[in-house]
Amino acid sequence: MTKAVPFWKDERKLAVIFQAILLAVVLVVLLFLGYMASTNMADRNLKFSFGFLSEPADFQIYEGYTVAKEQGRWILRLYHPSDQVWQAMVTGFLNTLRVSFLGIVLTTILGVLVGVGRLSSNWLVNRFSFAYVELIRNTPLLVQMVFWYLAVFLLLPPLRTAPRFHGLIVSNKGVLIPWLVPDAAWANFAPYFYGGLGLWILLWAVRSFWKPPRWLYWVAPVALWGLGLILVGSLPLEWSVPRVQGFRVEGGMQLSPEFSSVLLALVLYTASYIAEIVRGAIQSLPKGQWEAPASLGLSYAQTLRLIILPQAMRIVIPPLGNQYLNLTKNSSLAIAIAFPEIMSVYETTVNQAGHSIEGILIVMAAYLSLSLFISALINWYNVKVALVGVAR
Amino acid sequence: MRKLLVLLAVLSLGALGFAQQSRLDVVKQRGKLICGVNGGAPGFGFIDEKTGDYVGFDVDFCRAVAAAIFDDPTKVDFVPLNAKVRFNAIQTGKVDVVFRNTTVTTYRDSQLGVDFLPVNFYDGQGVMVKKSLGVKSVYDLKGATVCTNAGTTTEKNWTDVDRAHNLGTKLLTFDDFSKSMAGLESGRCDAVTTDKSGLVGWKAKSKDPDSLVILPETLSKEPLAGFTFQNDSRWRDALTWIVYATMQAEEFGITQANLSEMLKSSNPGIRRFLGVDSNLGEGLGLSNDFAARVIKHVGNYGEMYARHLGPDSPFYIPRKGSPNALYTDGGLIYSPPFR
Repeated sequence: MTKAVPFWKDERKLAVIFQAILLAVVLVVLLFLGYMASTNMADRNLKFSFGFLSEPADFQIYEGYTVAKEQGRWILRLYHPSDQVWQAMVTGFLNTLRVSFLGIVLTTILGVLVGVGRLSSNWLVNRFSFAYVELIRNTPLLVQMVFWYLAVFLLLPPLRTAPRFHGLIVSNKGVLIPWLVPDAAWANFAPYFYGGLGLWILLWAVRSFWKPPRWLYWVAPVALWGLGLILVGSLPLEWSVPRVQGFRVEGGMQLSPEFSSVLLALVLYTASYIAEIVRGAIQSLPKGQWEAPASLGLSYAQTLRLIILPQAMRIVIPPLGNQYLNLTKNSSLAIAIAFPEIMSVYETTVNQAGHSIEGILIVMAAYLSLSLFISALINWYNVKVALVGVAR
Repeated sequence: MRKLLVLLAVLSLGALGFAQQSRLDVVKQRGKLICGVNGGAPGFGFIDEKTGDYVGFDVDFCRAVAAAIFDDPTKVDFVPLNAKVRFNAIQTGKVDVVFRNTTVTTYRDSQLGVDFLPVNFYDGQGVMVKKSLGVKSVYDLKGATVCTNAGTTTEKNWTDVDRAHNLGTKLLTFDDFSKSMAGLESGRCDAVTTDKSGLVGWKAKSKDPDSLVILPETLSKEPLAGFTFQNDSRWRDALTWIVYATMQAEEFGITQANLSEMLKSSNPGIRRFLGVDSNLGEGLGLSNDFAARVIKHVGNYGEMYARHLGPDSPFYIPRKGSPNALYTDGGLIYSPPFR
């Protein structure tokens, strides 16, 4: 018969006890910090409250959309200084989203191209990629952002003398592009548009019950849109061409120098890191992966596209996710060049209304939720493409 | 273990004592003043290129406080603060007092945990443009791009003016006014706006001052004052009367040059002010001759003004006819009586 193990030698019980003690210590520390913060704030007559969010903001934001309730419906519209502080923070957050998502898409494309280019047998492409990666990786991002802004975008010609090409204007007030926008007829066409999208999603959702033929996936929505166009009678889109009026420009899609500098700096910087990750992934594949296609007569480009890159991309996904998160958080540097993303709006709000602790909690929550969302997407994709049987 | 308990007990007693002490006593014990200043505001608080020291109108008030407490205007450590952290520096106790061209507003006085000292400069917001734009008035700037500092009263004031007159302007806010000036020079910004005193300074420092013009309208009241902790009346009283001393000295006509004669004056008001026959200073926690110390080391309000913002300086802001003249000349510089 085995002797009963005494309480303080039983490993399983000890493990639980130590974890409980650690948890208690962490909780006590957090409570203590919270208590210190609240008493110190009370000493200085600072109240902790989120009430400032519903006060009118009274400051302008150069560019950005916010959400507002109009005629009972929530819509997306341009920010106005009479909006409340929370709407200003939403504007900042949407600006952060705009630059982050566009940045992620562009940087992936550029990063993969440069990564492959580093391994190219073409001497010029090879050396150029090398120079690009080494130069951009080794200079601070803030320096690059300010460089693009002060030395490139601000030095573009002023509006009056800016070069124009069929409505496209490149000036130091921004790059102004003629763009398609919904016109008055959109309100009639919208149900058909959303109906088509809905139909597509519906077909995808029921595929486990009834597998539609592949062509139905795109024929159904397009047919609905075509029907809508016929019934509405005209194209519900029109060209919006930028027109200079005095000091400013009306119409078109306006990419401000601030947005362009932030986007360009973020894309180039993160792409240099992604290039190295992709290069490492490609080089980690066994030599046989190159030799076998060659013996089958596949060209370099076919080998890359069919054999190498699909395998390399699987390896690359977790570090790529890291770089995406870095890009989203690095966008907070944009405050140095007046791009109104959420950190910049926070600074303005804090200086106007105080409440720095409440404000920073909101900003941290915003970045955290954005980062968690991107991580979740990356993890889902990673699981989807993972090799069966690989250890968790 | 016992040593640890004793140490903890002593430390907590020390903390208790600290909570009741006024900042004035802390400063005296420390032996020097820690003063928050701008560091980049021409004329008010900036770094002299030749000597590497902080100089300026606001910096002189820091030196006046040090002179009053320690009889030595060099016993100051300057901490440069930008517009975003200036209130935090007082909230966290990092500095003793801040003289940083800060506008007095209700919100700041009540909600940010600071108390303001007497106004030492009456300013107003102005707008500067390039002469080549041909703009003669602020209300001609319809649709223009205007640049300024983030998180200042300037931002809010401009938004109010823009909405009141339907100008439809777009506002770019930078963390540093030098970037706004770079924007103005490159043409990205059609106009820049900040306090008129700031505009004068930046215009003087720009590459081509004659190509810039400050528009005539004054868009707001910007009374600039130093500030310190809320709920420390002893420290605040001492600072308040040091600031008033500079103004009272100018009213009496006491200067750095004639101070030694004035100390022998028979005028009872002057004798009381300079501490020759009174103990007003002791009541404030300062020495009785604190006003004389200030004048000896830094001068009176007029001398401080002339040194940094007078006709001989590169940042000339005329006093005559402005609110910064003495009340006897029609301005707002007025000290309550020292008695």
